[in-house]
Order: sequence, then structure tokens, then C-alpha cells
Amino acid sequence: MKQTDFPLSAQDLASPQADWLRIEGVSKRFGAALVLDQINLRVRRGEFLCLLGPSGCGKTTLLRVIAGLEAQDGGVVIMGGRDIGVLPPAKRDYGIVFQSYALFPNLTVAENVSYALRLPRKERAARVAQLLQMVELDGKQEHYPAQLSGGQQQRVALARALATSPGLLLLDEPLSALDARVRDNLRQELRALQQRLGITAIMVTHDQEEALAIADTIAVMAHGRIEQTGTPEQIYREPATRFVADFVGCANWLPVRQNDAGVVTAGDLSFGFSLPVGAPAATAFCRPEDICVEPHWSAGGKMTMAIVERVDFLGGVRRAVLSLAAERHVELTVDVARNEPGYELLIPGQRVPVSIAPHKVRYFVDGAA
Amino acid sequence: MSGLTMPRLIRMGSCIHGVDEKVAVLLQWLCVVALTLFIALPLAAIFIKAGQDGSGAFVGLSQVTQAIAEPRIQSAAWNSLKLAVMTLMLVLPAAFVFAFALTRSRVAGKPWLRLIALSPLLAPSLMPAISLVYLFGNQGLLKGWLGGATIYGPLGIVLGEAFYTFPHALLILTAALSVADARLYEAAVVLGAGPVRRFFTITLPNARYGLVSAATLVLTMVVTDFGVRKVIGGQTNVLALEAYKQVLGQQNFNRGAVIGLLLLLPALASFVIERRVAKRAQGSMTGRSVQYHAKSNAWRDTALSAACCAIAVFLVALIGVAVAAAFIKLWPYNMGFTLDHFDFDQQDGGGWRSFRNSIVLSSVSALAGTLLVFLNAYLMEKMPLAGVAVLLSRAIAIIPMAVPGMVLGLGYVLFFSAPANPLHGLYGGMTVLVASCISHFYTTAHLTLTTSLRQIDGEIEAASRSLGRHWWVSCLRVTLPIVLPSMLNVFRYLFVSCMTTVSCVIFLYSLNTELASLAVLNMDDAGDTAAAAAMATLIVGSSCLVSLMLNALGWWCERHLQRWRAA
Repeated sequence: MKQTDFPLSAQDLASPQADWLRIEGVSKRFGAALVLDQINLRVRRGEFLCLLGPSGCGKTTLLRVIAGLEAQDGGVVIMGGRDIGVLPPAKRDYGIVFQSYALFPNLTVAENVSYALRLPRKERAARVAQLLQMVELDGKQEHYPAQLSGGQQQRVALARALATSPGLLLLDEPLSALDARVRDNLRQELRALQQRLGITAIMVTHDQEEALAIADTIAVMAHGRIEQTGTPEQIYREPATRFVADFVGCANWLPVRQNDAGVVTAGDLSFGFSLPVGAPAATAFCRPEDICVEPHWSAGGKMTMAIVERVDFLGGVRRAVLSLAAERHVELTVDVARNEPGYELLIPGQRVPVSIAPHKVRYFVDGAA
Repeated sequence: MSGLTMPRLIRMGSCIHGVDEKVAVLLQWLCVVALTLFIALPLAAIFIKAGQDGSGAFVGLSQVTQAIAEPRIQSAAWNSLKLAVMTLMLVLPAAFVFAFALTRSRVAGKPWLRLIALSPLLAPSLMPAISLVYLFGNQGLLKGWLGGATIYGPLGIVLGEAFYTFPHALLILTAALSVADARLYEAAVVLGAGPVRRFFTITLPNARYGLVSAATLVLTMVVTDFGVRKVIGGQTNVLALEAYKQVLGQQNFNRGAVIGLLLLLPALASFVIERRVAKRAQGSMTGRSVQYHAKSNAWRDTALSAACCAIAVFLVALIGVAVAAAFIKLWPYNMGFTLDHFDFDQQDGGGWRSFRNSIVLSSVSALAGTLLVFLNAYLMEKMPLAGVAVLLSRAIAIIPMAVPGMVLGLGYVLFFSAPANPLHGLYGGMTVLVASCISHFYTTAHLTLTTSLRQIDGEIEAASRSLGRHWWVSCLRVTLPIVLPSMLNVFRYLFVSCMTTVSCVIFLYSLNTELASLAVLNMDDAGDTAAAAAMATLIVGSSCLVSLMLNALGWWCERHLQRWRAA
């Protein structure tokens, strides 16, 4: 179900589904602080979008602007062809799950879920039963929120947000208050439910692992701007900026130079790309799993020697921190699986040859983003 | 901003306004108008009047400097200050010991001790003075104990004020001492600190804010109270009495306003000090703190028990004697039982009608006040849509704490008696009395409800709005039921305060709106002390009854509406 055809083709863009939710030039200031700086974002109908970023990047504010709980200073929010940016929250057709869940503590589960429903008694009860069944909480109708576990409360909040069958589901760090195991389970359920209902969802999170696992599309935010929008694969493999590379997953940075012959090198390693004119220095980037610890040395620019500084056991893999033998201050983080040949060589102090698959390396010109 | 760092922050000032948001804005502005009309403008009137001479010409500060230069005013001010400090030296240690016993020891019978210690709240400040007269006055039962000294004067004033201020100091100190992080004490024990060192390095520094705010409160209360002085003060002149004489005796409103300003000064100063200390005192308890529980310690508990009992006897005596005297034919010569003193219609002071007026005033003030304070606090905390109105509301709501009742009352006289004021017609009526009472006690009620409202998840309103319901739906279905226990507390506080207050209403009553607490004063003034004691007893009795009824109501609510809490 995951969409990999991003960015959208011209054909998709023309269809009404492609930019069902459009955010254009949205800005927001709190006093002197510019919290949202000209945000542009498009969400397809049925898409699961994650707003990912560190604390204070503006992601929650953007969500609240979409919800109408915060008015933007400039820009428009268009949903299904309607300019909802000027409407009060009640007129916008969305459901929201807050980080704190914001369940009404003095109302029962059934009363919480039916809060937004203006239906005759019988139909309301039927709808509540249906919703609770959907989130697997049947039989908890008469419980109060305080009698439920964190995960159950989260499900109630979800059922309440979906009660009126809104077109858009907004999730503000819905899983962050839960234990790790519950969180993983709920993450999968949330995703499955979203796909089953075909509802468009926007989730705010600071947890990159969560975003990578659940989203169709991730928008990485920093300092009130969107740094990159793309599929989880794109965000992870082809980060558009240094910030994205560092924030999502673990990043290795290698200073590289271009010699007179036009070959880009880092120590003994040489790479297949060349730098743009006028940019003699750059930094190469790759992920820990892109670096290979080789059992045997071979010359020819494919390998360089490194020293094992530290090894952490992470279960499936060993994560080792290596330093280049030629430049000890340059450190590389490497993930090595058990069945890989280099696994046994990872002993602190050991000198090991390493190679990097050239096509997995990206570079960022120094001085640029 | 990130939900992680500020999850409870609500910032709805910029939200897009639908119809119901506009209603909220309108209501918020109405609250501001009410607060301005009944708090800000009357106070402004004092400042204006103090700057005018008798003919209404503006004379700047000359009247103030003139007044300060007068030996009579100087001695009154000096007396006020001296008596306040003496009372403080008596009350603060006593209240601290009592609070320490209630919170940090295993003294037996804590609920009873607490009940007795708080009982003075139910009595007008005149009551201890009347009791003291019965005990140590010219015909006093225990006159001999004083060995020739007189109770009429500083001694009587200090004892009476001590009774009157004790529960207020105790409440603050109990609150300050009841939050204690057990981990600090454990760490100190592990590091080898003995009990004395622990007391001086942990307990006392953590109670510093409580001590300062209790001290400032006691000082302010004593300086601005004149009930005790009126009954038992003898020849001792104090500022509050001076204001009373100038306004009611000589109808000199300008001079009254000047003295009002002088009374405002200590209150303002202590208000500023208190706020300062409060700012630094925040955050000693965090979510990870562990509540401290006292271990048993026979020596400490015995000593504290003895001290508490002594204090309790003092308090019970000062209520009990007046209550007893109300039912005694002629203290101390004929100790037979009688109900004659309750035949108020034979006395000065408005008779039974004044008691009925008091009940009406207190009920209406408590009901209207609780609802108004809730509405305003709710809008400010949960629907802060009208930014300027919220700021104004917040600023004005905090003012009454720094304004002595007498000064506020004087402001009301100046503001509402002015013929040019379109609200002039209200002057002398019940409406102004109700407004003055609500205004006078506004801050405490406001802070109580604000604190309760802040404990509720800040996203509740946002959740309700996103679910397409008007804000008043979540207000009535969710918020109101949650803060109901606090509202009952506010209701009780307002009712009891209105029953017992003298200073706030002394300038405002007319022939038709005499009040019970004022009747006590007037009957005592007319020499009918037994009838005054009887009326004071009625006040205590009705305050007590209403408190019990509210407790019962609270208990019922707990059973039926608060089941979710027990979950």
C-alpha cells in the first residue's frame, strides 16, 4: 500500500485526489519568533503523512493551524476544494487525537465517544458500539478514562476523533506517552485502521523510527520550514539536506577533497562522483549499513584502513565506531550483521579494512545546506 | 511549537472566531466592565479624592503631606504598626508550631485540632474582643489575672487580633509545610544531618515563602482591621479607626481618602513582597518528588501536643465565652440561662432584620460571586480569545488582595455617592453591598478556581471544539463538574466572609440594609454587650450551619458526580 511514486506525476497532480489538502505559504509568528515560515504542503486523499522534526520546529503549530486551533498569519489551507483556513475549528471536518488524549475525565467511554454525535439515542448507541468495536474496546462503554490503561485511553481518543467519520485525521504525537511495546503494537493498528478506512491522516511526531515505519510520506521540519518531503525511503536514503541526514537515522560524515585529476577522495578511498565547479571541498554522507568491514585488504582506492574504537551489541547487529587510520578524528559508525564476514573482526583496537559502496554515497558541498 | 516541551500550553488567542467564540469574547469584556466598575473605578475615586480639597479643587499631594505632618495621624500610624508587629510576633510562631504539628508530626486528634484552629474564620473580628471584655474587662471573670494591667488597650487589641489572624496564618503555613520532598530528608539523613540541622537546612528554607506570605497577611490584616480596636481598644488610636471617624463621624471624605491611601500603603508593600517571594518559591516539588511522612517521635509529639492544646484552649475560650455570655442573664453576677439577649428588636442596630439582611447578602454574594468568578476564570484560562480583555481581567482580579476592606468600602462611598455617577441610585442599597463583598473577596476566590482550572488538561476545550461542539457544552458537561468541589469551597468562603465582614461594609449600609456584623458593633457601642455577643453567636452559628450544609452537599456530589475520580 505504500506509495513509492513520489513526487507525484503530472497526471496525479491534475486529479482532484492528488492535492486534496493544500497548504500554501502558511506563516505563523509568536511574538518575535517565526514559528512557521512559508509552509507549502500537499496531501493526497488517503495518504498518511508524518510531520517529523525536533522539539520547537513548528510541527505541532502547523497541525493546530490545520485544525483551526491556531490562526495562521498568512497563507491558505484548502481541503477538498474548500478554503478551510478561514473557518472556525467546528466547521472543518476533521478529527484530532491529542498527545494528552484530552479525554473528558468525568464522562464514560461511551459519553466521550458520542460527544460529537448528534443522533437519536438508539443510533448513537449503535454508532458508539461500532466505533468501540473498531478500536477493540467493546464492553468498556461504562468505564471512566482513569480506569483504562494508556493504550486503551489512546484508542478511546481515536474512536472519539473518528466518530463523525471526518475526512481528515490529525494526530499530535499520539503514541509518545506509551510504553515502547504498546507503542509498537498501536502503531501498526493505527496504520491498519487508517488504510481500512481510507482516511487521510497527518501525524506529528519527533520519533523518526515511528515516522519511517508508519508514513506514506514524511515531511521533515526544522526551524519552521519544511526541509524535505518524500517517502520514508527517500528521506532515509536521499536526504536533501544535512539536517535531514542527521535527524533521520544515523549519519556518517566524511570530509572529501577533489584532487587535480578531478578524483574525489577521502583518505585511501576514491569516489565515483565529481564536485561542482568552484567547490573543492565537500562532505560525503552514508548510512552505517552502507559501510562494509572487509575480511581482507585490497588496494586500488576501494578500501581504507580503520581502527575499531568501540563496539555496541544491538541484538541483530553490532554497531561499531571506527576511526580512520589516516585521520583518527574522522569517525564512522558501522552496522555489521552476524552473517557478514567482518562481524568477528570487531574488537576494540583492531585495525580493519573498510569499503563504502560508491553508489550509496551522497555528498553535500561545504558551506551549503 | 513541539508538543513535547509544552504539552499543556493553550494559546487560543489567535484562533479563528465563529459565533460561539464571539460570545466568549463578549462575555469576557462584560467581566472586564464589571471588574472595572466595581473594583478599579472605586479605587481610582480614592486617589482622585485624596488629591482634592473640600471644594473639589485639585491640590496634588498637599493633603497627604498635611495629614502625615499631623501628630494625631502619626501616632495612629505608629500604633497601627506597633500593634501589627506585636501581633505578628505572637501569631507567627504559634501558627508555625501548630502547622508543623498538623503536617510533620503524629500528634493525635489532628482533624479536631484543625477544626478548632480554623473556627475563628466563622466569627467576626469583634467576637474575640467581646470575649476578652467578658474575661478580663472591668467586670471580667479573670480580671485578677492581669494584676492591675488593663485589657482595654494594646494588650486586648493584640490578643483579639491574634485570634482573628491565627487561622489565616495557619492555612498558609499548613499549605507550605504539607508539601515536602521525602527524598531531601533521606539524603540529609544519609549525609549525617541531625533533626535540628534538617529543620534549619530543609524545613525552614522550604517554608520561607509560606512564612513571608503569612507574615505579610497578618500585618495587613491587623493594620486594616478596626473591629477589635473599636470594642476593646480603650484610648489607643489606630489608622483604621481614624478613617472611620473621619468618614462617619465628621463626614470629611477627603481626609478619609488620604487615610485610606495610607492604609493602602502597607497592604501594597506586603503584596509586592509576597509576589516577589512567590516568584522565587516556585517549583520545589516536581512530579518525581516523594511525599514526606512523619515518623513517630514521642518527645516531639508530646511537646507539640501540649503547645497545640494551649493554643486550642485560647481559641475555644475566645469563641466560647462570647457564646456563653449570649445565653447568660447578667455576666458575671447572675449566671442563669436566658434567651432575652436575642430579642434584638428591643435594641439598637436594626434588630432581627439586620440578621436577615446578612443572610440575604451572604447568600446572594456567594452565589453570584461564585458564578462570576468561575465564568471569568474559565474564560481567562480556557477560552483566552480576547487578549486585551484577558490581561485586564487578570490584572484587576488580583487587586482586591492588596486593598483593605475599609479602603474598598471608602472607594465605593466616593464612587457611588457622587451625584454625577449614573449608578448613584444603587448607593445605600443591597446591590452595592453585594458588589463590594464580592469585590473584596474576589482575589482569593479567583485564585482558588484558577488553580483548579489549571489542573485540568489544557486540550479539553480544543478537543471539544474540534468535535464540533460549542465551548459552553464542554464547560457545562466537563469543566464545571470537575471544579464543582472547588466551587463549593469558594461559595463557603464567600458566604462566611460576607457574614463576618465589618470593614468592607461599614460605610455602605443604610437604614434598610443594616447587617448582623454591624449590629454587633453598634450594640456593643451602645453598651449592650450581651446582645452584641448574642448576635455574634448567631453569625457563628449560621456560618457554621451553612458550612456543614455545604460539606454535606460536597459529600453528596462526591458520591454521585465524582465517581470518575475514584476510578
